[in-house]
Order: sequence, then structure tokens, then C-alpha cells
Amino acid sequence: MIGRLGRSWLLAGYAFLYLPIVALIVFSFNESKMVSLWSGFSLRWYYAIFTDDEILSAVGISLKIAFAAASTAVVLGTLAAFAMVRYRRFAGRTAFIAHINAPLVVPEVITGLSLLLFFVACEGLLGGYSLRGLLTVWIGHTSICTAYAAVVIQARLSEVDRSIEEAAMDLGCRPFQVFYLVTLPAISQSLASAWLLTFTISLDDVVTTQFLNAPGSTTLPVLIFSRARLGLDPTVNAVATITVALVGIGVTIASFVLVRRERRREQAQAAAYREAMPVAAQ
Amino acid sequence: MTDHLSIPPASHAATVQFGARSWLALAGRWLVRGWGRKSVIGIPYLFLLLFFSLPFLVVLKISVSETEGVQFKDLFEFADGTLTLRIKLANYQFLASDPLYLKTYISSIRFAAICTVLCLFIGYPFAYFMTRARPTLRPILVMLVSLPFWTSYLLRIYAWKGLLDDQGVVNNFLQWLHLIDEPLKMMYTPFSMTIGMVYTYLPFMILPLYGTLVKADPSLLEAAGNLGATPWKAFWLITVPLSKAGIIAGSMLVFIPTVGEYVIPELLGGPQTLMIARVLWEEFFSNVDWPMASAVAVSMVGLILVPLVLFNHYQSGGGTAAGGGGAR
Repeated sequence: MIGRLGRSWLLAGYAFLYLPIVALIVFSFNESKMVSLWSGFSLRWYYAIFTDDEILSAVGISLKIAFAAASTAVVLGTLAAFAMVRYRRFAGRTAFIAHINAPLVVPEVITGLSLLLFFVACEGLLGGYSLRGLLTVWIGHTSICTAYAAVVIQARLSEVDRSIEEAAMDLGCRPFQVFYLVTLPAISQSLASAWLLTFTISLDDVVTTQFLNAPGSTTLPVLIFSRARLGLDPTVNAVATITVALVGIGVTIASFVLVRRERRREQAQAAAYREAMPVAAQ
Repeated sequence: MTDHLSIPPASHAATVQFGARSWLALAGRWLVRGWGRKSVIGIPYLFLLLFFSLPFLVVLKISVSETEGVQFKDLFEFADGTLTLRIKLANYQFLASDPLYLKTYISSIRFAAICTVLCLFIGYPFAYFMTRARPTLRPILVMLVSLPFWTSYLLRIYAWKGLLDDQGVVNNFLQWLHLIDEPLKMMYTPFSMTIGMVYTYLPFMILPLYGTLVKADPSLLEAAGNLGATPWKAFWLITVPLSKAGIIAGSMLVFIPTVGEYVIPELLGGPQTLMIARVLWEEFFSNVDWPMASAVAVSMVGLILVPLVLFNHYQSGGGTAAGGGGAR
């Protein structure tokens, strides 16, 4: 069906998408300081990472910020998704939706610049107390990540069958109970994928972070960016290989767990249906 | 709305038995509901107003305010019973009069447009052939397209540095094949930057295209074939018009981020690759000219708004404002 042209087009396309990543990994094991000239297998750049305090502390800061930003963004994103899906009419709904989506389309240089100038203005009001650092980076990442989380959760929430929630309410559940017992399990998979997505977005962010950070809050991408600007650096390749490996493992495990959980949930649901209405199921 | 409908009407009859307690419960439920609704809308709204819109207003203000040393003067001044509004448009006048800025704007739009066209040219056949693969294979093909998203974007761009460098993999390979004697100058040129942008944003083009193409009914093509259309003609008359929504969405998803891109021009571009985000960055970090950087930021919004408005216009009938981000 696909033909020779189709197959070679796909192959070339995937090669284009994966070649840089493969090259990055291969040359992380290169002995030479010349990144692109192969001179022999070596793990010296990996050793260099683990003795490089700058990188190690940047990794710690990045993980801390990404964890905080992703968690806050998923909470805010869930609320925003609820507002968009469940409340069809409220004052300023169009403006609300525009606000949720704006961070997706506004270039990051603008987001970063405006937040920084805002924080500087706040510092002025606070009498020169310096805000910049982990706190400001966290806020900046959260406002970008919230938009992504809201989009992911909204897509799932609009598919949730409301009649189950109404049934729970008819059976005497309070709104919070309905949320915890019915809605939350139904959207849990999208919450997990929103968290993972926003975690990687935050872990990867350079531009906004560069505007908002202070000397004590240099994240890994900011450090890599400053080294990559100066030229090729084999330690960057080693860092890249480790992240690719971790992301690969993480994505694989996550998709396995989620697929299995989803299947189990569907089976349980089907079993419940069969039990409840043996006739209708047939 | 549905909130009130969901209270079973039977509860009115049951109040006799439950008495005051159930009324209390109902009142409590109503209160909690109103409170819940307000906070569900209010908390994310407040957060984004405070940390997204208000900061932009600060930028707007700084771009038109007069400076006094390092201090920005207030826009409004109240003295002797009169309120004066001071707005300094010098920054915008400078933006409009300096040919460098104008050139940078045009160059940003040009690069973004070239990247969009290239992504469409590579991505359309790619997405089309994906839909022709075996149905069992398709989810894997889709996953393989989206997988690079999960690895660091910065590192993938950095990887191209190693490939395209004068001493890079591509040059070494071509020299090894004796196709070239001297290394080709690829890094820090419009070529390297365009490759980096196409590489980064290609999945944004492929995925929406695939989404619309996979939904197209194959029996329409069969019918066209039966009626005597050549496969090529059937493709142009049926498949392409059916995938119009995907083409528009994909083009938006490539054009909007590339026009304001900073990291790729900075790492892979050279002196000839003028991009507006880089100018903003330089005004802010190198020249420390905050009002000028703010003015550039404000004028950049225009670059984004024009395609967005067009996009929403074409998406009429869809979810209006939600279309901008919902497609992503």
C-alpha cells in the first residue's frame, strides 16, 4: 500500500528526526576533546560530569524547579480546564480562555522580559528586597506550564461522561466526593501526562529562566546554553546522553503503567456494567 | 444550570421525614458549590492576570515612559490640580525609522515563512505516507514522531552544531567520500539556522496533518478512481482539500514559534540571520536599554497577532479563541 517512494520518504524523515540525537550520543563516548572527530571509546566526559560541581548543582536546581512548577501547573491547569469545560457561561469566559492560551503563542522572550520587569517593579515597591531567584523562575515556569497542562486536561475532561457524575450526585455524593471518587479517577491519566509534559517543559526552559534567574538559581539548560554558545563541549554531549536515556526509560515506564492502568479501569468498568445490567450487556 | 437540576425533585417530598437537617445540607451544598465555582475560575485566572497580563502592562508602560537616570517616571502626574499624562513615543519612532529594525522584522517573517513552507513540503508527504502504513503500525509511527519532543529541545539544537561544524560530522563524511576537498561553510549561516528550525518544528507540522489525513474516507478516492480520475488528480482534488484544516493548523504551529524564536538563531545562526527575538535580547542584556527592549517586545506581539487573527478567522465554527491553543 505504501510504495517504495513512501517507504523511503518515511525512512529519510525519521533519519532526519533521529540523526542528531544519535550523533550526540555517539560522540559523548568519544575520547578526543574534538567533539566531531572520532578517536576512540572513552567515558571521560561522564567522569567529568560527576566531578563538575557547576553541573551537579544545576541539575539539582533544575529538578527542584521542574517538580514545583509541574505540580503547581497541574493543579492550576485542572482548575482552568474545569472552568473551561464545565462552566459554559460566566462573565469574562472568552478573556479567561484567551488568558489560558496566551502563554502558548506569546514568544518566550516576551514572557521572560515582561515577568522580569514586573518583578523589578515589585522589588521597587518592596523597597529593594530582591525577589529574583528560585521563586521567580518557579513562577515564570508555572505560568507557561499551566497553559500546557490546561490544554491536555481539558481535552480529557470534555470526554468524561457526565451521567456518571450525576448518578453519583443522585446517590448522595457531595460535590467534593464526586470530584474525588468519579471525576479525578477518570482524568487521572491526563493529569499524569500533563505533569510529565510540564515537567519536561520546565526542565528544558532556557529563555524565560535566563531572564528570571539569579546567580544562585542557574538551571541546567541555562548552563548548557552558556557553554553551547561558546562552542562545542563534550560534557554537554554526555549530559545529553544521560537525559535521553532517562527520558527514554521514563517515557517507556510511564506509558506501560498508564496503558495497563487504563486497561484495568476499562475492564473493571465493563465488569461493573455486566454485573449491573446483564441483559443490556448482551 | 445543571447544578440545580441534579438535585432530585423527590427530595421535596422527603423533607417531611428529614426535616431541618436536609435543608441545612442543601443550603450547605449550595454554598460549597458557589464557593467552588468561584475558586475554580478565580484561582487560575488570578494567577495568570497577576503573572502574565500585568507584567505585559508593565512592559507597555516602560516602553512609553520617560527615564530619569535609572528610574522610570510615572505616566500620570498630578500637580497643581491638573493631571498630566506623559507618554514618550520616541522608542517607537526610533523602531519605525531605523532601517535595521525594519529589516529584522522582514527577515524574521521571511525565515518563519520559509521554515513553514519547508515543513509543509517535507511533512505533508510524510504524514500522508504514515496514513498509508498498516493500521497496526500507525501508533508506533506517531509515537516515533512525537518522541523527540520529550528529549531536550536545547540539546537537539546543540546536536546540529556538531553535525554542521567546519570540522563536523557532515563535512568529515563528505571529505571522506572525496566529494569535497575543502569543508563547506554551513554553521552560522542562514542554512544552518533554517535546518535547525525545520528540524525542531517538523513534528508540529506532521502531527496535525496526520490527524486530518487519517480521518479522510478512502472510499472517496476509490470513487474518484472509478470515475476516471488519475491518482494524482484524485489526490489534488480530494485529499488536499480534505486536509485543509491540518495544513492551516500545522502552518500556524510552525510559523508562530519560529517568528519569535531565540535559541535556534543564537546557537545556529550567524550575523546574516537577523531575528527579532535576538534584537530584543541584545537591547536588554547587552545594551541594557529596557525601554527599547520593551518597545521591541510590544511590536513583536503584532507579528504574532496577525497570523492568529487569520487563523481564528479560518477556524470559524470551531472553538473561537480556544482554537489558538487547543490545536497545540
